[in-house]
Parts: sequence; C-alpha cells; structure tokens
Amino acid sequence: MEVLKIATAGSVDDGKSTLIGRLLYDTKSLTDDKLEAIERNSKKKGYDYLDFSLATDGLVAEREQGITIDVAHIYFSTKKKSYIIADTPGHVEYTRNMVTGASQAQASIILIDARKGVIEQTYRHFFINNLLRVKQVIVAVNKMDLVDYDQQVFENIKADFEKLNAQSSYEEQKITFIPISALKGDNVAQKTDSMSWYTGDSVLDFLEALKPEQEELTAARFPVQTVIRPKKDEFHDYRGYAGKIYGSSLKVGDAVTVLPSLTSSKIKSIEFFDEQYEEAVAGSSVTITLENDINVTRGDILVKSDEMPHAAKTLTASVCWMDGKALIPGAKYEIQHNTNRVLAKIDSIENVISTDYSGEDASATQLTLNEIGKVNFKLSKNLFFDNYADNKAGGSFILIDTQSNTTAGVGFIG
Amino acid sequence: MSKILKTNALESEAIYIFREVVAQFENPVLLFSGGKDSITLVRLAQKAFYPGKIPFPLLHVDTGHNFPETIEFRDKLVEELGLNLIVRHVQDAIDEGKVTEETGKYSSRNMLQTTTLLDAIEEFKFDACIGGARRDEEKARAKERIFSVRDDFGQWDEKNQRPELFDLLNGKIEIGQNVRVFPISNWTELDVWSYIEQEHIEIPSIYFSHKRETFVRDGLIWSASKYVYREEDEEVLERIVRFRTVGDMTCTAAVESDADTIEQIVKEIKVSTISERGARIDDKRSEAAMEKRKQQGYF
Repeated sequence: MEVLKIATAGSVDDGKSTLIGRLLYDTKSLTDDKLEAIERNSKKKGYDYLDFSLATDGLVAEREQGITIDVAHIYFSTKKKSYIIADTPGHVEYTRNMVTGASQAQASIILIDARKGVIEQTYRHFFINNLLRVKQVIVAVNKMDLVDYDQQVFENIKADFEKLNAQSSYEEQKITFIPISALKGDNVAQKTDSMSWYTGDSVLDFLEALKPEQEELTAARFPVQTVIRPKKDEFHDYRGYAGKIYGSSLKVGDAVTVLPSLTSSKIKSIEFFDEQYEEAVAGSSVTITLENDINVTRGDILVKSDEMPHAAKTLTASVCWMDGKALIPGAKYEIQHNTNRVLAKIDSIENVISTDYSGEDASATQLTLNEIGKVNFKLSKNLFFDNYADNKAGGSFILIDTQSNTTAGVGFIG
Repeated sequence: MSKILKTNALESEAIYIFREVVAQFENPVLLFSGGKDSITLVRLAQKAFYPGKIPFPLLHVDTGHNFPETIEFRDKLVEELGLNLIVRHVQDAIDEGKVTEETGKYSSRNMLQTTTLLDAIEEFKFDACIGGARRDEEKARAKERIFSVRDDFGQWDEKNQRPELFDLLNGKIEIGQNVRVFPISNWTELDVWSYIEQEHIEIPSIYFSHKRETFVRDGLIWSASKYVYREEDEEVLERIVRFRTVGDMTCTAAVESDADTIEQIVKEIKVSTISERGARIDDKRSEAAMEKRKQQGYF
C-alpha cells in the first residue's frame, strides 16, 4: 500500500488536534476502546468536548501539562493510502521537533486560525517547510465557522501568505489553500455546503490525490550500508552491496563511480531477496553487485559516473541546533552524512536567523538550542556531497556530539 | 528479464533499519516472542541479508506461561531457517530470588520479564536489541525512536530522546548502554497482517479461530489454564476464539472469532472497532502502564 508521510505543527489553540481527531474520526480510524479512553479522560479533566490530543500525548508529563513535548506519530488509512502524521508542537522552543517532523514528510499542513490570520508561528512553519523543501504544503485556514464562512477573510489570509511566499527561493513548492472548520468537519474529509464559493478539494481528497511521483527526481545516490558476503559454497565469490537508492532509479548496466575511491564499474545485478531486477526505483532497499571486483565498504557511495557530486574538505550548511550545549566555533563534532562519518570542526558562524524571522544576525557567536543559522565547517577528510536544494539525501547530515554521543544538530548543505 | 522493482515503502524502511543495526553494532539480537510481529521481523531480516544468513541470534524471554502452540512454532521456524536461538527463563530469576512471583487475581509474569531480559543483555553483552513494537499499538510506544537508547540499567529516558532526521540513525553509545531497535515502528496492525498475507508467512495456530476453555473477566476473554488465577465464580466455557496479539497466557485476552484464514483475519481487522491492545491485560493496569514498564527496561 502507498504510504504518505505528513507533518503538522501548531498549538492546541489552532484546532490542530481537532483537525487530526476529525481525520481519524471521519476515516473511522479510531477504535471504540481508544475513543472511550478519550471520552473518559476528557471527562476526568472536566472538558465538555473530546480532547483528541489525549490520544496522541503518550507521556505522563505531556498529559499532566496538557502540552505536546515530543513528536507524536499518528496512523490512519483509507482504501487508497496509509497515512503517517508526524505531529509537533508549534512554539519556538519546539523548533527542533518541527524540523524533525518535516525531515520525514512528503507533505505538510500549516494551520491558520481564520480570526488571527498570518502570525509569527505561521512564519516559522513556512520557513521550516521552505528550508527543508517539503514539496507539498497545505495551508488550512481553520475556524471558518467563527468568521461566518466569509470568503473575504480567506482571500485576505491567502494574499498575506502569498506575500510571505514571494520571498521564497523554492519555486517548485506547491502551496494549496483550503478553508476548513475542523470542529464542524467542513472541508476536512468531506466538502461542505457552507462555503460554496470554494471550488477546491477537501483536505483528505487533496491528500488522496497526491502521487508519490510528485516527489522530485534528482541524481541517483546509493550509500552502501553493509557488504553481504554469504559464507556458502554456491556464493563463494559473492559480494553484494546493501543499501537504499535515493534520488532516482538505478538500472543494470549503469556506469557507476564508487566514492571516495573514484574507481568505476558497471552495475551487474540489482537484487531484492531471491529475485533479480532490471531496474529499481528511488526508495528501494536493494543489494547491488558490480562487474569488477573492487574495494567497496560501508560509507562509500555509488553514483552514476555522469552525475558526480561535489567533493571538498570544507562545507557551508544551514544548521538547526538541537542540543542544550551551544554550538561554538572551534568545537569538534562528528558528521554523519548518509552512512559515512567524518570528524568536523566548526570554522565559523556566518549568521543566526532571528526567532521572529525578521532577519539574520551576522554578529552571533554561537548557535543555541532551537536556533537556525549558517555555519562553516572544516572536515578531517574529503567528503562527497550535494547541495540540499539539488539532492536531499546527498545534502543533509547530522552532527553527533563526540562526548555525549547525542544527535546535536542537523545540517542542510548550501 | 525487464523487471522493475516497485518498492513497498514500509518493507524498504524496515530492511534499511536492519542493515543499519548490523553495520553500527557489534552484538545485536532479535527479541523473539513467537508473536506475529517478531515473526514478521524474521522475514524482513531474511530479506535484508539474503543470500547471507540472518547475522544475529534470536532471544526468547520465556515466562513459562506460554501457549504451547507458540513454542512449537518457534522451534520449527528456528530449525527451518537454521537460526541461532537463545532462551532465558523467568523461572530462573524467580528461583534465584531476584524477582518475586506476583500473586492474586491479576498476577502475571509480564513485568518479571524485564529482569530476565536485562540479565540476558548483560550476559551476552548485547548492544542492540531488535523488537517488533509498533507506534500504533500504544501511545507511549508512539513516542519511541527507531534507535532508542537505554542506559546500563535498561532505563528509557523518554524526555531526553535523540532526534531522528531523514534516514540518519545514530547508534553511538557508551559501553554498558544498549539500543532498542524497532524496524516496524511505522507499521500498523493491518500493515503487518497484509504483509503476512502477501508473503504467505506462517504463523502459530492460536491466531486462527479455534475452540478454547475460557472465562470472562472485566469484559475480556481469558484462557482457563493452571497459570491463570481464577475466582470460583468465574465460569469456564468453551468458546470459539482466536488471539489478535500474543503475549503469555496471563496477559493476553482472546477475541470471539470465526476467522480461520489470513484473508478472513485481514477482513476482520478492517472492520474491527476495538484496537489490538484492547485485548492486552497488561496495558489495562493504568493509563501509563506501558510508559512505566518502558522506563524500567521493558521492551
């Protein structure tokens, strides 16, 4: 079955949990026992409505404080697709969670309260979706019932948002505006009669119609995860390179270059379990064998010989910082880029984006938790990489703290 | 031959995770309960490393209160695939006085498994334990990472988890720590059953409709067995049931069902109005039952 990963961000006030609850409810994805648990706990808290966040706030601390701390994963399916929603809190102190959610997403939903219009939180969501290049963005203008389903309110918000979008450098991003009332169910799973002036799809119809091929095709990248060498007689000389294909398809016979050794070869076979294939599309976990017996190990990347990435011992990236210990020039971290790890030193911080997204601070000397900024790195050895804008897998990395081993930040090259 | 591989996103993701485990850890193990999720894991591991063998052992933490059908199935699977199976018994921890058997109406060895699991991790120095937990099962599990770090007491620090971005999994740990790995995190119950159907995967007979001596407590159907405490007024009746989820006898309730093929099970689940863990007695202890167990090292 086709899987669509969606990211949502926002606070309880936007009606985000009501929207998700609505989607679950209208697709009959909430089972009776889960619904009863929500009813029971909503009542216990003295609410006169169903608080769907109780279904997703899985930790005691979250339920105590009535806030979502961590990314919650919500699953529902229709006859056509399985949906995975990564739901994150929208406030500035959860920027790292929003970035995490958006990194997995093929589509994203930005909620706007029709009464409030475009606010700071909207800037943040849009900025993150832009930085991470989430191709499909749905701007759901919620609580239309509270503004008498007024088309003008919707059009004004749309115009404000488009002003924001005018500054975007990501022209291929598709933005779809949908007026909804999550509470009443208008335009969530079904079209409503209350807004006859709106001729587009409901949120669910729009998601149902999205095709996976609407993801951009870029240069094929095959980072090697592990080498398969069965110790069996019939596979005596077998060396299979196990990994996942990114970007676009690979075919048997493709001329490939192995990085970083720059040796070249041809794809001899593409295998998945006990079957052989002529071609495998991006997203497939396969095993590849090569014509020549050359040295390939974990961390190496197979690329088509006419689609070489950049190679350098320095790089510049937008970094979202995720650790309590600030990033400062001179500090050393391990970069995990695909399946490869190299030691990196922070050379300098070019700028830090102000949290209200009004501009950049070029005098900043550190990058603190939840901040996003441009950082220059020096690497211990040559790295083969892409610009994130050209190739997501080849252009992203995480920074690992060499003492605590934690994932301290994420970088988008370029 | 002009075949194009069209990928199954969930299967591909799980295989990717298995391969990261083998590349990033020295001594991984697959936690095998004999339930459908761990059986699915075995199939995925087979695919991930073909034509090589599955490059890690299976560990079964045996409560001693299993359904005999599950154990029979386990031994057959291990034999057929030439796997290396390690079994550790909760009974041993009880005999050594490390844990005390629960008593009374709701007594179960479910909680006691944690000690045996942590002892086995220490004994074999496992640095990665692969489990079949899914995020859709339970709301604390929905917060779980794919690579979930545990300290040397096996504890889960749920408020301080590593962010996981794109496909970039960070398995770096200190000596003594271990990582719990969940390759089918993003699968739903229906995804698992559809996969079992599509792949013709064999599963233990207790998942299919059968006659069983049972009694009803708190609206759930319990197996009548010497391992399950029963009050005198709890009447045993033969019912036509099957199991949707398989733990041991003391923590798994049956559902009334005529489904005796995978197709019928898939159909039944599609229209079911009760969630899978609605039949898990161990989850009903409190709103935070799973989170508490996980903090202590439960898988």
